[in-house]
Amino acid sequence: MSISAAHIGGGDRGEPSPEPSRKPGFIGYLLLLPGGMWLAIFFLVPTLALVGTSLYDPSGSILTGYQMTGYWQNYVDAVRDYAQPFGRSIVYASLATIACIALGYPLAYAIAFKSGRWKNFMLVLVIAPFFTSFLVRTLSWQLLLGDNGFVVDVLQTLQILGPEGRLLATPFAVVTGLTYNFLPFMVLPLYASLEKIDHRLIEAGGDLYAAPFTAFRRVTLPLSMPGLVAGTLLTFIPAAGDYINAELLGTPTTRMIGNEIQDLFTAGSYPVAASLSVTLMVAIVVMVFLYVRRAGTEDLV
Amino acid sequence: MTGVKRAGRWVGQHMILFVALVVITYMLAPVFVVILMSFNDPASRQSYQFDGFTWDNWLNPCGPYQLCSSVATSLRIGLLATLVATVLGTLMAFGMVRHRFRGRAAANVFIFLPMASPEIVLGSSLLALFVSAGFAGVLGFWTIFVAHVMFCLSFVVVTVKARLSGLDPRLEQAAMDLYANQWQTFWRVTFPLVFPGILSAALLSFSLSFDDFIITNLNSGQTVTFPMFVWGAAQRSIPPQINVVGTVMFVVALTLVLLGELGRRRQRI
Amino acid sequence: MPGSDLVLKSVTKRFGSFTAVDDLDLTVPQGSFFALLGPSGCGKTTTLRMVAGLEEPTAGTIHLGDQDISHVKAYKRPVNTVFQSYALFPHLSVFENVAFGPSRKGAKGVKALVDETLELVELGEYAGRKPAQLSGGQQQRVALARALINRPQVLLLDEPLGALDLKLRKQMQIELKRIQSEVGITFVHVTHDQEEAMTMADTIAVMNGGVIEQMGEPAELYEHPATTYVSNFLGQSNLIAGQVKGVDGETLLLEVNGEKLTAPAARARSDEGEVWVGVRPEKVFLTVTGAGATTAGAGADPGDRAGSNLLPGGVVSDVSFVGVSTQYLVRMPWGQELQVFEQNTGTRDSLRAGDRVDLHWMPAHTFLLDASQDASAGVVLGDDR
Repeated sequence: MSISAAHIGGGDRGEPSPEPSRKPGFIGYLLLLPGGMWLAIFFLVPTLALVGTSLYDPSGSILTGYQMTGYWQNYVDAVRDYAQPFGRSIVYASLATIACIALGYPLAYAIAFKSGRWKNFMLVLVIAPFFTSFLVRTLSWQLLLGDNGFVVDVLQTLQILGPEGRLLATPFAVVTGLTYNFLPFMVLPLYASLEKIDHRLIEAGGDLYAAPFTAFRRVTLPLSMPGLVAGTLLTFIPAAGDYINAELLGTPTTRMIGNEIQDLFTAGSYPVAASLSVTLMVAIVVMVFLYVRRAGTEDLV
Repeated sequence: MTGVKRAGRWVGQHMILFVALVVITYMLAPVFVVILMSFNDPASRQSYQFDGFTWDNWLNPCGPYQLCSSVATSLRIGLLATLVATVLGTLMAFGMVRHRFRGRAAANVFIFLPMASPEIVLGSSLLALFVSAGFAGVLGFWTIFVAHVMFCLSFVVVTVKARLSGLDPRLEQAAMDLYANQWQTFWRVTFPLVFPGILSAALLSFSLSFDDFIITNLNSGQTVTFPMFVWGAAQRSIPPQINVVGTVMFVVALTLVLLGELGRRRQRI
Repeated sequence: MPGSDLVLKSVTKRFGSFTAVDDLDLTVPQGSFFALLGPSGCGKTTTLRMVAGLEEPTAGTIHLGDQDISHVKAYKRPVNTVFQSYALFPHLSVFENVAFGPSRKGAKGVKALVDETLELVELGEYAGRKPAQLSGGQQQRVALARALINRPQVLLLDEPLGALDLKLRKQMQIELKRIQSEVGITFVHVTHDQEEAMTMADTIAVMNGGVIEQMGEPAELYEHPATTYVSNFLGQSNLIAGQVKGVDGETLLLEVNGEKLTAPAARARSDEGEVWVGVRPEKVFLTVTGAGATTAGAGADPGDRAGSNLLPGGVVSDVSFVGVSTQYLVRMPWGQELQVFEQNTGTRDSLRAGDRVDLHWMPAHTFLLDASQDASAGVVLGDDR
């Protein structure tokens, strides 16, 4: 029996709650190997290959083969020639993201806090459109926004749209399509974040004299940031590279960078297309980095 | 409190719900259009609007050339890619959550990257790889399959990881305390509890694969998947049977989800 | 398996630079109800987990009889645990939860065994339910059944009653004690509730900061605390600074702030120089100053008033009526506030704040502790009791 008089501290030293100790050893590596290899070969290598392709001699084609010449000029040419679609893509994607936030946040908030028994049902309704083929849905927008369609009629009656006005084949249609397609990607992460918020924190805000809107601004909004950041990224990034909406709902004047890249690849102008792709990728990475820095959430996955 | 104030308060409290319902309507509107248009009897090949009601499309869904074969191709690729992506992704998720190794943060970023890249970049870089490896002539089913597994992996890992991290480790300790060795603990406790996550990862994977266009289009060669068929149709003329397929997909998926919900409700009672 | 004592020798557990359990020696006799008592963070749960096999000791050995189980895997030890959070398998029914252990060992007649054990914990009709459908108390009993059914050599309970409300807790304390004597298995019960430990256990070990301060029967620990920690943690104590002035046979002569007191040498852990003079509040009597020998305190007048320890000159500073007793705080001339608990026998009106009183108690109830120890060690605040 050991009675030690010297060990009387009297305090509570928090016993570290034993976290599941991660198993050491190489089994971890083994588990990651198959999937990791797949990603390495079919994602990492291609990305590097893309950079390589962007340096090919632009005068090559599928018939004549490609020459690797370290031709950095490709980038300069690409950015110069395609600056407009580039800018347009960023603008449309930004508009769509903002629209998604404006529409998606109230929806996510309502499902998380105000839906009661209908919560699961509403979630299903959010995911449901996902089940129909996304191209088929976009075609439906063609119909909805068509010149003879219901929506245009109503807007013309209400004098919001002039008698010659149209919705289809306008930037508005493209942004609407983008917003529509990526809305679930905004709503779901936001909902997940909002749902985790302890309701008592908001009540505490109210108890400390915050008006409902202030409580929202100072308690709910900051706590939902991880969801907001994730949602923004999952919306903006794919939207910037999309071309389907621009193709189906727009005109040649609304072409996005995705359209250009696609056409260039189909035509076989790989070097130019590749340099555009890489530029797009870099631009997005930079913007994401700055955005995440500013928003302050590092842990996205 | 005056009547006006009370009404104002009611509106304020329910405003959010109201906006939410408007947004949901907005999200479902095209779906209704799809369902409606599946009964369409098109007046001409060029126009895309509702001309007349007919059952013909439902009775003869495979009328248009390549429609049904493209659906079949999409289904085959979807099932195969889902299987492979789910297995590989689940292994990775377990590795990342349960095991210690250096560079975990880097691995996290690496897995997140494909989710964060625009499809055009993913697709075009993969095409560049195939071309420079000399596979330009054999683009088709297998290249599409490879691409789909690639972009589904990240989603599977993230989904399963989320479920796995939420698993109370004390349950596994309890199992070991009750004479279950590591293998038995895994199959009788860990796996059944992680399974819902694996299942939703698989479903997510399947819908991403079935619905994919941009990446598929670049790497498909001569093979035609359903989204590619729709795209082609959009350039030419849109057979109403497309909407039949769309409606069927919607109904099937909705039914599966509802059955899942019912199953879960029944278990709780 | 009769005759297997649980013996821990020099067991140490370190998490990085933090030592949770420090060179612990412990013997739990077979078939006894043993309580490991201490505040959160004292290392008792870690010790339990090492016995269960869920943690590996950094040093030292654990023996069950003559079998060294220090590094045997959890699923190979004849030891089962009732977890604080119950850890019931949510995807299995009550029946399947309880049957889990026997099924893993490939036992025959599992159904009969499960039914019998569920009867023991009075949950026979709930066999088909899922844990989520049960109340806290019922879940606790399932966790108990799930562990008991395996007839382990040692049953470990990690604060199993913590989540229950007071009435249910008291009920379960009696239940557990009954089951333990019926089944005859060694129970090792970890708790921070000293009342619970004293009610249920045959032997208590008081733990603090990774070591055992004192171990013994509840009455022994209570009446003969070895350290200030134990004296404050189990019940409450008055500790007054004093000096040993001399020895008279088996009695020690003390001086406390000018007053002369005595204490039996047998009850002194420290017998020279500066000491803590300790006495339990319920052993102290109050008499109104100046009332003389006739109006003695409530209850029994200690026979030999001349031989009792006396501390005069106190002023009542606080009165708390607790139903069964009245608790007084008395401020002494040197500034210290002493506690006095007086049973409400009704023979006298309670005193009021401001009354001048003298304190006295039987010398045999005095205990002396090492003055170098912290007099506030182990004091439990609020309703942690």
